[in-house]
Amino acid sequence: MRYSVFSLLAQTLKGHKGWQPTWRDAAPKPEYDVLVIGGGGHGLATAYYLASRHGIRNIAVIEKGHIGSGNVGRNTTIIRSNYLLPGNTPFYELSMKLWEGLEQDLNYNAMVSQRGVLNLYHSDAQRDAYARRGNAMRLAGVDADLLEREQVRAMVPFLDYDNARFPIQGGLLQKRGGTARHDAVAWGYAHAGDRNGVDIVQNCEVTGLTLDNGRVTGVETTRGPIRAKKVALAVAGNSSRVASMAGLRLPIETHVLQAFVSEGVKPLIDTVVTYGAGHFYVSQSDKGGLVFGGDIDGYNSYAQRGNLPVIEDVMESAMALWPGVGRIRMLRHWGGVMDMSMDGSPIIDHTPVQGLYLNAGWCYGGFKATPASGFCFAHLIAKDEPHPVAAAYRLDRFASGRVIDEKGAGAQPNLH
Amino acid sequence: MRITCPHCGARDAQEFSYLGDANPKRPDGLDATEAAMHDYVYQRDNPAGRHRELWYHGAGCHAWLVVTRDTRSHAIEAVEVASTVRSGAAA
Repeated sequence: MRYSVFSLLAQTLKGHKGWQPTWRDAAPKPEYDVLVIGGGGHGLATAYYLASRHGIRNIAVIEKGHIGSGNVGRNTTIIRSNYLLPGNTPFYELSMKLWEGLEQDLNYNAMVSQRGVLNLYHSDAQRDAYARRGNAMRLAGVDADLLEREQVRAMVPFLDYDNARFPIQGGLLQKRGGTARHDAVAWGYAHAGDRNGVDIVQNCEVTGLTLDNGRVTGVETTRGPIRAKKVALAVAGNSSRVASMAGLRLPIETHVLQAFVSEGVKPLIDTVVTYGAGHFYVSQSDKGGLVFGGDIDGYNSYAQRGNLPVIEDVMESAMALWPGVGRIRMLRHWGGVMDMSMDGSPIIDHTPVQGLYLNAGWCYGGFKATPASGFCFAHLIAKDEPHPVAAAYRLDRFASGRVIDEKGAGAQPNLH
Repeated sequence: MRITCPHCGARDAQEFSYLGDANPKRPDGLDATEAAMHDYVYQRDNPAGRHRELWYHGAGCHAWLVVTRDTRSHAIEAVEVASTVRSGAAA
């Protein structure tokens, strides 16, 4: 089915009773050319770009639960490309450009909203760091504006500008940044992947990888064995577990990151604000809830739920930045389990096992990377060479000393 | 989450700082090859389940502890003083 204004009108006249499922609930075939493990945003995007850009038709995405039940449904929906380092800037900018054309490309409304991302600074040192970041971005062709305090106040007047400890001095704004509807990103890639022949197999958990002479030949699943010429891992949070089935150890720890949403309120904030002094960020969803997040819980965790100390910490930051939110009730919170890589940057690479490819280590920032991650991973799988903008995301960079130290904090909780 | 410190009793986890996996052992002398150091610094087993990890009781007795915890449920099986587990564990 193709969505258009005409299909919408026709359905309106029929009382919206004729909408069809947007992807097939496929049963696994015995063999695929490429098998993508993980039906999250990155896995679905990978399969879609493999089919649409590289013409590979015999592809499946297998997912242990239902698609979108992992991190693509457990984040704060922010998209941006305000990165500093050469290994990162072109990659995230490619992602931003793919976001800008995503809905036309997928024929699916992902509610991409370029409402701007504003990083506040609170000290001279932070201002200088943001000026440097903004300059690096502009040199790489990314938009960035360094704002003075009064310019920030005009955008978001309700913040606490005269906070005794962390007065707001200004901010770095990326106007093209913003948010997207996270579930619709998964659904959109599933919709478009299905139309390109991708089998989306749900409730199919991988229990083992079958190897032959150092080469992967397929997977064992709860729905039987599936042979595959190439197997791609996109199982953020569980990368270590699945890779260990092929005898691999990774420079990754699994941690839980919580996010929160308030009750729905009238439009209050029309951009994304990050609080550089604490670790806190806030935006408002199109349903009206304030969406915010903070630090990881700080210890290895596979529990897809958070703990109270982080809630308290995030609420303290919220109140320090924006005292007015104290009158709003928190509706719910959720936790996603993420791969924290040792330098805080992702891995898109071959593994030492032939035919086995790895997309992992997204730490805090997997959602914004979804399109470029899938695009570059598909390029790697189809051509067996890294896409130029993802060439720095090597698995062996820790051994070779080429770490991408964007934030200086990987999994080590004492560095946060 | 509460951790039962052998010196101080059951305390809120917020009194403690987490360092990470307690199993990697720093290679020494001739064992300290590049590959062994890379393994020690970066590679992790990262199990879903039983995990031995280092916690520091900063708001209490200042002891380093080895806590055996299930990473899926946060249930704590054992808490030992790191210096009695092996010398140099907290280094």
